[in-house]
Amino acid sequence: MLVIRADLVEEIVAHARRDHPREACGQLLGPEESDRPERYVPMTNADDAEARGSDYRFDSREQFAVHKQALENDEEPVVVFHSHTRVPRRPLTDSGRPEAYPSVKDIEYMGLQPGVHFAIVALTGPDAEPDLRSFLLGPDGEVVEDEIQVVENYMFSHTGAGDVPPVAALAPDVPDRS
Amino acid sequence: MSATVSIPTILRTHTGGEKQVKADGSTLQEVIADLDANHPGIKDRLVTDGALHRFVNVYVNDEDVRFAGGLDAQVPDGGTVTILPAVAGGR
Repeated sequence: MLVIRADLVEEIVAHARRDHPREACGQLLGPEESDRPERYVPMTNADDAEARGSDYRFDSREQFAVHKQALENDEEPVVVFHSHTRVPRRPLTDSGRPEAYPSVKDIEYMGLQPGVHFAIVALTGPDAEPDLRSFLLGPDGEVVEDEIQVVENYMFSHTGAGDVPPVAALAPDVPDRS
Repeated sequence: MSATVSIPTILRTHTGGEKQVKADGSTLQEVIADLDANHPGIKDRLVTDGALHRFVNVYVNDEDVRFAGGLDAQVPDGGTVTILPAVAGGR
C-alpha cells in the first residue's frame, strides 16, 4: 500500500511530462520510518545524455547532497520514482507501449533498497494519459505491486503503524476515509 | 588512520545492524579490507573485479571516490566514508 498526497502525484507526473522522452527520476522523502512521502526531489538522470529514454541513474553527487539534507531533517527516501517512455525491453503486455511495470534492471536495483517503494509512470508521450504504479520488495524478495491510495492530505488516513489513530477514535461522526 | 564508515541498510546484516562503524586505512582499498576483516563478506558487496561495484556509490569526506581515485582514494585520519546504494533502472 502506498498512501500519497495528490499534489505529489501531480509533481511526479509533471516531471515525467517535462523530461519526456528521457526517463524522469526522483525521490519522495518523508520522515524516517513513517512510510509517508512528504516532498518530491526531482533528480538529474545521469544516464541518458542522448535522450534515448531507455535508462536512468541518479547522479551520485546529487544523491549524496540529498542524502545529507535528509539526515539533517530526519527524513529518508520513501519512494524512488522514474518514468518509462519506451516499449519495454521485455514487454509484459502486447500493447506496444511503455509499461509501468519494473523491468529486470529496475528489480535489480530495487533489491538494494528493501522497504522503499518504487513508483513508475508510463508515458507514451508528453501529453499522454499517465499510468502510475508502485512496487515494493516483499519479505521473500518477491516484487509486490502496491495498492496506491491518492489522498488530498494525510489527516484521517492511516499512514503509519501507530502514527495516526483510526478516525473512529478521534471523532465518531466523521466518515472514515482511511 | 581511522575513519567512520556509514553503512546503508542493505549492508547492515554484515555489521550486526550497526549503521556506523570504524575502520582503519589510508586508502579506500585499505579501509574496505579492514571493514571486511571485522565484518566478513562486506568486501564482496562493495568490490568486484578489483573495482567498486556499480551497485554502490562511495564518498570519502563528501566526495564521490569515482572522481577521486576510486579504490586508491585517500582517506584522511578521522575522515568519513559514506556508502549509498546506487539508484538506477530503465525500460
